[in-house]
Amino acid sequence: MKKNLFFLIFILSFGTLNAQDFINNSTVNGSFQVDAQFYRPDAVIGITDSSIAGRKLGINGYGNIIYTLGNFKAGMRYEAMLTPIAGFDPRQEGNGFPYLWASYSSDFVDVTVGNFYEQFGNGLIFRTYEEWTLGYDNSMNGMRVVLNPAKGISLKGIYGSQRYYWQKFERNNRGIVRGLDAEMNLNEVVKGMESSPVLITVGASAVSKYQRDADPVYNLPENVGSFAGRLNIGAGNFNLMTEYAHKINDPAAMNNFIYKEGHAMLSSLSYSRSGIGVVLQLKRVDNMGFKSDRSVSGNALDINFLPPINRTHAYSLTGKYPYATQPNGEMGLQFQLNYKIPKGTLLGGKYGTGIAVNFSQVNDIMRTAVNDTTKIGQEGTLGYTSDFFKVSDHIFFRDLNFEVDKRFSNKLKGTFQYMNLLYDIATIEGHAGDPVVEANLFVVDFTYRLTTRKAIRTELQGLWTKQDEGDWAAVMVEYTIAPKWFFALADQYNYGNPDKDHRNHYYTVSAGFTREASRVALTFGRQAEGVVCVGGVCRQVPASSGLTLTLTTNF
Amino acid sequence: MKKILILAFVSMFISVAFSQESAIPKVIIKTLDGKNFNTSEIANDGKPIILSFWAIWCKPCQKELDAFMEHYEEWQAETGVKIYAVSIDDSRSTARVAPLAKGKGWDFDILLDANGDFKRAMNVNMIPHTFLLDGKGNVVSQHTSYFEGAEFELYEKVKKLAGKK
Repeated sequence: MKKNLFFLIFILSFGTLNAQDFINNSTVNGSFQVDAQFYRPDAVIGITDSSIAGRKLGINGYGNIIYTLGNFKAGMRYEAMLTPIAGFDPRQEGNGFPYLWASYSSDFVDVTVGNFYEQFGNGLIFRTYEEWTLGYDNSMNGMRVVLNPAKGISLKGIYGSQRYYWQKFERNNRGIVRGLDAEMNLNEVVKGMESSPVLITVGASAVSKYQRDADPVYNLPENVGSFAGRLNIGAGNFNLMTEYAHKINDPAAMNNFIYKEGHAMLSSLSYSRSGIGVVLQLKRVDNMGFKSDRSVSGNALDINFLPPINRTHAYSLTGKYPYATQPNGEMGLQFQLNYKIPKGTLLGGKYGTGIAVNFSQVNDIMRTAVNDTTKIGQEGTLGYTSDFFKVSDHIFFRDLNFEVDKRFSNKLKGTFQYMNLLYDIATIEGHAGDPVVEANLFVVDFTYRLTTRKAIRTELQGLWTKQDEGDWAAVMVEYTIAPKWFFALADQYNYGNPDKDHRNHYYTVSAGFTREASRVALTFGRQAEGVVCVGGVCRQVPASSGLTLTLTTNF
Repeated sequence: MKKILILAFVSMFISVAFSQESAIPKVIIKTLDGKNFNTSEIANDGKPIILSFWAIWCKPCQKELDAFMEHYEEWQAETGVKIYAVSIDDSRSTARVAPLAKGKGWDFDILLDANGDFKRAMNVNMIPHTFLLDGKGNVVSQHTSYFEGAEFELYEKVKKLAGKK
């Protein structure tokens, strides 16, 4: 209600401007998207009339509009998920304006009221963001002020409550989040450093959550503070980034109500110049789940973001086993090399050859009991102690992959990828008791240009493993007429499933038309059960069968 | 109350009249060396600008940028066009953006939009999403998705905009 009043005041204040000013100075832009799925029973993959339960049609509709008048902006997003498409949390069923905001910005100050997204540093103690096409949104509803008192200095203050599906914030039904962040670029602030070849940026942030303690047993901290500091040094082709975060004790459903403090560290060192790039990343997370409601343990109300550091794969089978950060504890590293073998050399050929090597591994942290009578992670205790530098030999995830990009002629080019994977499915997907998946994968992706605008692309993929669902093969053929049309046929075949009755084909036929920023795509067929990941968010998608329509436009 | 508000909002839009073109919104994002960058400073001395949103996990995006790179020297010489490639990778992979882009030999101005603020301001729903801007930052055309050969049609538009055709 208060938010609405703000809006009305803003709108009424325009009365002082005449209509001509509006037309000359205003801009409006926005986008619309509809994802609709029509489900049909498909006994082979276990979908029956009773599992569809009358909900034959799922539709997610979105509309974004941003209005700008000089330094003033206002925007909104409408969502209608009636009923949501398969794979979305049932609590997302609903319609309304979950994102409604207005802001004023000048060179010195930027104020936003209503809903907003913000990130401090790498997000280790605060990040609100959306991947609404995947059903993730933890936006703040409150106020944000950004000040730029001098060149190179930025100060941010935020407070509010977070979005929890369609449930309105009411006193004590979930926590309140408040935070401050400061960032300074030393080259712009410190005299004498203006022309230094070393670029240094430092930042610090503090975030606090308030939630009432109504627990009958435990005495819980009502205000949970967290702090982070970060540093970025760029020197020529080198770049070093590091951030460390600390959180006071925060017993919650996520960590089985232990009173241990939490911390997280993320660092990277990279070297890049034209034709070559190398990066090494390190990460440690210990008891760092941070939600604005301590009783919630699912994929909602996250205050912070603990980035998984491994390659996000882009093909259907290489993306079948994606890693998700274990907020209760993990230690990981990642290495990547990108190299372009120059044109005119033996291996580079006429066009040059691109090579990428990527390795990542994530282990559990080492935990030691606090005393002889307390189990590790026992509820209501200090939980455990953990040495910062000690790694457990329990591997959650390991991925070694090589990729070669090669153009053979003016018409033909290809991408070849090999991947070796180790995936602790019991921990990552919660399939208790399932053995660790060890898999080898191979991808061959060819594009052949028929004319300047017409091309055929083929994709062949294989996944070989003795665990989980066994071996898979996938094939895809796509015909495109740039920039408007595509037609594709694809099949994923689980030919090595240990259960012979589950050796299914998941075939799809799809076509799409794009004109400017409007796109219509239709897909008919079967979707295999699995995890769909886009932009760092993954969600479990159930097997489905039927017709999918996606319509999007932008103006 | 909500209805009145929405009505007021909608009627405002009608009076404004939808415009095809809009100047680049001001959003603070980052450069590859960690400095803040104000997106309203995206400019090219009055010559055309290609603004392309991409990410490390997006294969078609990289194919599109590879295709741009194959012709970039030639395009620059003919029309003076400048390409900005805005990565929407979040903190899980921002550290890998510079090594990947340089390792691929991309010679574009690369910007990091780690929390999607610029993406939202430009109403980008899916990537690749590529804008062609005139010298004043107005959107002349935009396109989502990339298919082999789409770069030629885009370049026709660049040439037209640069007055070379």
